[in-house]
Amino acid sequence: MNFNTISALVLRYLYLYTRSPMRLVELVFWPVVDLVVWGNVTVFIQANSDAKFGEFILFFLGAMILWDIMFRAQQGVAISFLEDVWTRNLLNIFVAPVRTLEYVSATFIVGTLRIAITAIVLSLISWFGYSFNIFQLEWWLIPFFANLMLFGWSLGMMSTALILRWGQAAESLAWAVPFFFQPVVAVFYPVDKMPAWSQPIAWCFPPTYIFEGMRDVMKTGSMNWNYLWISTGLNVLFLAVAGCLFLWILNLTRKRGLLTKFATQ
Amino acid sequence: MSAPPDTREVILEARELTREFDGVKALDRFSFKLHRGEVLGLLGANGAGKTTAMNCLLGLTLPTGGDLFAFGLPLHQHRIAILQRANFSSAYTALPGNLLVRQNLIVFARIYGVKEPKKKIAELMELLEISHLADRVTGQLSAGESTRVNLVKAFLNDPELLMLDEPTASLDPDIADKVRKVVRKVQRERNIGILYTSHNMRDIEEVCDRVIFLHKGKIVREGTPTDIVAQSSSTNLEDVFIKIARDGEVIDEPAKEKQS
Repeated sequence: MNFNTISALVLRYLYLYTRSPMRLVELVFWPVVDLVVWGNVTVFIQANSDAKFGEFILFFLGAMILWDIMFRAQQGVAISFLEDVWTRNLLNIFVAPVRTLEYVSATFIVGTLRIAITAIVLSLISWFGYSFNIFQLEWWLIPFFANLMLFGWSLGMMSTALILRWGQAAESLAWAVPFFFQPVVAVFYPVDKMPAWSQPIAWCFPPTYIFEGMRDVMKTGSMNWNYLWISTGLNVLFLAVAGCLFLWILNLTRKRGLLTKFATQ
Repeated sequence: MSAPPDTREVILEARELTREFDGVKALDRFSFKLHRGEVLGLLGANGAGKTTAMNCLLGLTLPTGGDLFAFGLPLHQHRIAILQRANFSSAYTALPGNLLVRQNLIVFARIYGVKEPKKKIAELMELLEISHLADRVTGQLSAGESTRVNLVKAFLNDPELLMLDEPTASLDPDIADKVRKVVRKVQRERNIGILYTSHNMRDIEEVCDRVIFLHKGKIVREGTPTDIVAQSSSTNLEDVFIKIARDGEVIDEPAKEKQS
């Protein structure tokens, strides 16, 4: 793996963001809208319920911020790929000495930068606007962010693979894929309050353990360490499956001659 | 009398290259050699197999049969090492339109590991007479300017092997002439092997040392542009092209009559 190649690809995305302020706005616009809506709902419910329920409602804000971390990580990978499609640059990249791993690594780094920007903005707004301090999660935040980022990357690779296979007609998957998982990964509600049939499904996905852990930490200041280990283990598995799917589809598009059609359309 | 064999190093070779799409052969046991310092034109009507051949050579499409070698190495096993020594430019691809020309070229210079990228870019832009475009937005360039920027990108890594896909498509005659001259100049100075596709026969006559005519995925003619015209009943390469496009292998008939 050549780090100069990765840094060159990352530089290209940085140029893209600095050349296009609207892309920077897009990075924070929807997360801020979500946060403000959920923040106002939280304030309203807190004012009209007992103190205990008022505390529980804060889970929504924590969940919303963590969900956005995962979503931005997925977007970092999928949108970076789509940027190359939209600018008809994909062919230039595929005929340059760029390994697939270098290309994917660059999108991971861009995803991490996107997350950092989003996380900082959301943390500040939730703190000053709604007295919700995400840093009450303390050091737990690091494994929480890391695990959600890993799952976001896996989803990003899966979305990219599907777009490669079905072309630009499947572009909306870049935004839709994370939402296929949202109902079953217990983002806003605990697993034991989900229908019985869906609970085993929920435990198959790494984010479930993180969102459960977040609620535990907010309630008790600690969480079951096993949740972290299982989440990390599952993430490694998902990352491997997503990587294999991406490589398999990339190879399939080469075999079927779809890559050039897609790259020049 | 046939031409003496070319003793220069073979830098690109296809052996019995075949590519089928849904049972239809886009390339049918296509074999050729490109030597160092040679410009080889790949000609044929739309659907003749040129683009498929180019895509196979770039590793974008996998062949269903045959072998490909560059610099003596099997292409698919040594793709990255080969691409490091090669480059590509096409009228049908673009550099990201929202970046400045300079930014795009710096990114590709870094991808290719160019030493002193700024100096290299400045030299090549001067050679192609586009130094004034460095701070322009790539997407706002004219077709001619964009082609020359693509060529700067293609020359960045001092390639030993260059694939040019219709580099003068959609250019006016003046710019097309400039592009041809620059390609030939750089190619001679640096002894580059170039695989060149074009529908413009003026391009081919001026730039190519040797040409291959493809029809339905097979080679139907091969030789220098002058020899090919001389061996046919046509007076110029464009006529040969039209006859091959319309009649395919039938082109042999008038040539045989003329010889007899």
